[in-house]
Amino acid sequence: MIAIVRNHPVAAAVIGFVLLLVSFTTVSIVPETQQGVVARFGKPVRIINRYKEGDRFGGPGAGLAVRIPFAENIVWIDKRVRDIDMERQQVLSTDQLRLEVDAFARYRVVDPLRMYIAATSVDRVELALRPILGSQLRNELGKRPFASLLSPEREGAMENIKAGLGRVARQYGVEIVDVRIKKADLPDGTPLQSAYARMMTARRQEARSIRAEGAKRAQIIRAEADAEAAQTYAAAFGKDPQFYDFYRAMQSYQTTFLGDGQTKPAETNIILSPTNEYLKEFTGR
Amino acid sequence: MTIFSGWAARGRAFFSDNKGPWGAPPGSGGDEPPPGNEPSGPWGGTPRKGPRPQVNSLDEFLKRSRGRIGGGGGGFNFGGVPDRSLYAWAIIGIATLWLLFTTMHRIAPEERGVVTRFGRYSHTLSPGIGLTLPSPIDRVQKVNVEEIRPIDLGSAAEETLMLTGDQNIIDIAYQVRWNIRDPEQYLFELATPEDTIRQVAESSMRMIVGQVSLQDAIGNKRGDIEARVAEEMQQTLDSYRAGVVIQGVAIKQADPPAAVNDAFKDVTAAQQDAQSYINDANAYAQQLSQKAQGEATAFDKVYEQYRLAPEVTKRRMYYETMERVLQGVDKTIVEMPGVTPYLPLNELRKSAPREGAAQ
Repeated sequence: MIAIVRNHPVAAAVIGFVLLLVSFTTVSIVPETQQGVVARFGKPVRIINRYKEGDRFGGPGAGLAVRIPFAENIVWIDKRVRDIDMERQQVLSTDQLRLEVDAFARYRVVDPLRMYIAATSVDRVELALRPILGSQLRNELGKRPFASLLSPEREGAMENIKAGLGRVARQYGVEIVDVRIKKADLPDGTPLQSAYARMMTARRQEARSIRAEGAKRAQIIRAEADAEAAQTYAAAFGKDPQFYDFYRAMQSYQTTFLGDGQTKPAETNIILSPTNEYLKEFTGR
Repeated sequence: MTIFSGWAARGRAFFSDNKGPWGAPPGSGGDEPPPGNEPSGPWGGTPRKGPRPQVNSLDEFLKRSRGRIGGGGGGFNFGGVPDRSLYAWAIIGIATLWLLFTTMHRIAPEERGVVTRFGRYSHTLSPGIGLTLPSPIDRVQKVNVEEIRPIDLGSAAEETLMLTGDQNIIDIAYQVRWNIRDPEQYLFELATPEDTIRQVAESSMRMIVGQVSLQDAIGNKRGDIEARVAEEMQQTLDSYRAGVVIQGVAIKQADPPAAVNDAFKDVTAAQQDAQSYINDANAYAQQLSQKAQGEATAFDKVYEQYRLAPEVTKRRMYYETMERVLQGVDKTIVEMPGVTPYLPLNELRKSAPREGAAQ
């Protein structure tokens, strides 16, 4: 062997090169993340490393694969979960309110052969599914009033969209894993402004009602205090109304003519008649 | 300049060191010229023929080949007879280095090495030195599983608006922290794991915020929302078999949009106002109640005494009050009946403007 190589180095190199080429074209490395459709002269003959649910990594699918050189070629198709990011859609709710929705779908190629025949590559599958996702979303959400658009997950809308999209996706050998709304915004301009206006008026209403409530409670507190004071007075003074009259009159005179200690009363001139009760002793009787 | 030339000299000295990469070759007594200093052609000047000197170690081989190639100038001498054993050794040397670099893998403590054999998942290397088959057969992807990676969504500079359950709009900014739990899943299950996590974060946050009221979102329910978003994200990512753990969601900011902020501030002001109304009323109530009790008690005390001697007490109180009252006022007593009393109107007029000024 060595002698042959030594004697015919050029021939040996050519043979070695050819051998290498053949082995490279015969044996392919199949990564865990890819599945391959083997096509013989363009006709799909078998699938390597096909996705099966519940497969563990390190299974027999990935690893080395053999093919007939030059006759067969392998089209690689992603085995992983991929996402379709939808363009923003404007959704009109049943109560004629607009919402801009941004959604994404996750999918996985479960039937690479079908996918290869129907679309050749995942990019083209995404291209095909994107508008369908958009229309599904519009149709499904358009059946709902605005309020329920805010949390469509609860209403099962996303399930319906997923099912609708899944029906189309199956034609491409693709399974929809999940559909979700990423964003749901009011469109710029009038709808947003009117939402702001609504929020502002709601706040204003809240502020006013809070103030009114405060005023109401203050009034009640005052009234209760007045009532309680009246009760206290009545309990005390009611024991002898006549004496109270006298007692209070005395107090009143004093306050009126002398002031309550804080303010000074207006100057007073008193003209007394000798028949006055106070002056009754003046007459000396 | 001198420093540079000094360094340069040192550098040259370093590279012209007699030693090969694995130290001085054993038994090289000087018959081999030091590699860096050999100025001659690629084949050491004299093309060798006949029996070649035995090359008995890799070191020597490397040293010699380095001398030959490092001599520079000519490159390969196509005219000469190729030295076949040199090729053999070169291939062996490269192969050895290749083996060395592709079979030993240093896995840092925070990393795991996912080994794929011809693309098929084989096993995962733990931290330390891991041995695998050489490169085209085994391939190692190092994944940092400990590092907590943050994703920031929304920012203070730009409004990220979300609709709340009561159809209000909230401006929210938050951060999601995650790390890899299962390196194999992380590598093999999702085409774009980081994008996926970001999208799931957006969708989960929107979903949870869409279920709470504005007041809860900007108020004290934030922790609750954070926990629910983290849980929702984890569930979704698990359903994708993403192999990641959501460590936490932190809402950095949750405010009403700037356009309506004044109205929200007014609500806060209204709450303050309402409280101050109530405080005032309470103060009034306290004052009134104390006053009533004081007056009632005072009356009671006096009344007790009055009951003991009603007539006398009453007269006494009357006189005392009159005394006090009349003490401080101008008094005029009209004694004669039928006489028109003279009212000192001038004096009254004089006093009137003075009061007006005083008030």
